[in-house]
Amino acid sequence: MTHTEKRILTNKIVMTLSTLSAMVGMTFLFWILGILVINGIDALNWTIFSEAGAPPGYEESGLKHALIGQLMIVGVATFAGVPLGILAGTYLSEYVQQSKLAETIRDISDIMMSAPSIVIGAFVYAIVVAPMGHFSGWAGSVALTIIMLPIILRTTDDMLQLVPSTLREAAFALGAPKYKVIMQVVYRGAKVGILTGVLLGVARVAGETAPLLFTSFNDNFLNTDMNQPMASLTVTMFNYATSPYEDWQKLGWAAAFILSMFILGLNIIARVFLMKKKGK
Amino acid sequence: MNLILDKIFAHTTKFIALGVLLIVAWIFTELFQQSLVSIQSSGFDFVTQTKWAPNLEKFGALPAIYGSVVSTFLAMVLAVPVAIGVAIFLSELAPAKLKSPVGVSIELLAAIPSVIYGMWGLFYFVPIIRDIVGGVGISMLSAGIVLSIMILPFMAAVTRDAMNTTPDILKESAYALGGTKWDVIKDVVMPYAKAGIIGSFILALGRAIGETMAVTFVMGNVHKISLDLTQPATSIPVTLANEFNEADTGIYYSSLFELSLLLLVISFTIISIAKFYFLRRKRLGA
Repeated sequence: MTHTEKRILTNKIVMTLSTLSAMVGMTFLFWILGILVINGIDALNWTIFSEAGAPPGYEESGLKHALIGQLMIVGVATFAGVPLGILAGTYLSEYVQQSKLAETIRDISDIMMSAPSIVIGAFVYAIVVAPMGHFSGWAGSVALTIIMLPIILRTTDDMLQLVPSTLREAAFALGAPKYKVIMQVVYRGAKVGILTGVLLGVARVAGETAPLLFTSFNDNFLNTDMNQPMASLTVTMFNYATSPYEDWQKLGWAAAFILSMFILGLNIIARVFLMKKKGK
Repeated sequence: MNLILDKIFAHTTKFIALGVLLIVAWIFTELFQQSLVSIQSSGFDFVTQTKWAPNLEKFGALPAIYGSVVSTFLAMVLAVPVAIGVAIFLSELAPAKLKSPVGVSIELLAAIPSVIYGMWGLFYFVPIIRDIVGGVGISMLSAGIVLSIMILPFMAAVTRDAMNTTPDILKESAYALGGTKWDVIKDVVMPYAKAGIIGSFILALGRAIGETMAVTFVMGNVHKISLDLTQPATSIPVTLANEFNEADTGIYYSSLFELSLLLLVISFTIISIAKFYFLRRKRLGA
């Protein structure tokens, strides 16, 4: 075999292998997605939205408690995490730019984005749950806020830096004070980008289970008091799926389906925003 | 008036930005303080002893550490070649019509919460493992495989991004010299994107070692070191997820906090290595 033939053969082998591995990988991923959709749609019905949890075997059991709990926990976390993250990102981009301090905050935020979320749960247990003496929806929100903060901070920072400095200079030339320049010019210019970051941040924390296990804990019944243990879709899913009862497992799949569709939806909207921004 | 508002705004943003650093420092110190009881009573035995028996107040974390290392190693061994294959397929092989839909769906799969991978593993994958290798199916092996599937989309997406940074002109020059696709990938793309690819693999490793929900379903939380991969095992996050709410004594809690601290330090170190040695951030606009 000549050298050229050998190279062509190696090329064919490697290309076949990588096509195969791509197919194997995609098969597994679509298998999971398929299972999720089939089981999810199969388990969906109106009672899921109209009824709260019930003991196994009851016909009238649903996920209303978990849906409401999830909305409240994630809602409070968003309400706290978004403004904090945007303001912190503003400081980095508009006040300290490339200084050592700014770079350190950026690096630490990047690391925190990949840090194990269960550790955040343990931390919030120590600072909120233990002193209060019981699990609570608030504690869950605190954990999610801590996880969301670096995500919003970094996207805001990046998006504000994309705003052309000529816009800022034009506003300064008109005599506007810095805070007005930021609020009325810079934020407006980066609106779509910041919103994208917020959507991705919410999508990320909405799927978190580990940090909620020992902060908001769980509740099988409808509860709207953030001061008490509270159900979330993720923890409910975990408890129902690991239970031996078939009807609970079915509810678990319904929860998995609803949550995934919500998260995929947010990701797709964020993507469309980004595409529009690029298209401009 | 404007001057005052200006100062207030500047100081508020500064205060919150510094707050981020403070929170991270607080996490470390709080976990350390909560671990003190355990550190004082077990010392180094904590990481070298293999017996974890909370009722006897014996806390040896070696099985959990072993489980974290082995399951993550398994996941990496399985996911790295497939991720490279997917990345080569997406960046060099796939027809233009497939590139974007397959690429986007991989990125979207990376956004699916890990608890769903765990649930799929428990109901659909564990029975297959049970049929093939015997045992209960809940095992180190299942955990490693489910973990590898969970990190695959992230790894494939970032590897593809790293490969795509190779300038077309470099690739075209190599093709013009008569290189095959594999020659170009091996001698042009890989050397160019090496740092980015290795960095993203280490980053994926850092994420995998702290992953809780994908493995909690399928690992079993058994504190035993077994060379047999088909046996149930445990890892640091699995122990935390299973036992945190059951801990009843101060020292039990403290040991779990020490585990959390250990996990945080390990993943912080791994992620920092990925970040500082391999993935120097590209500044936007610069």
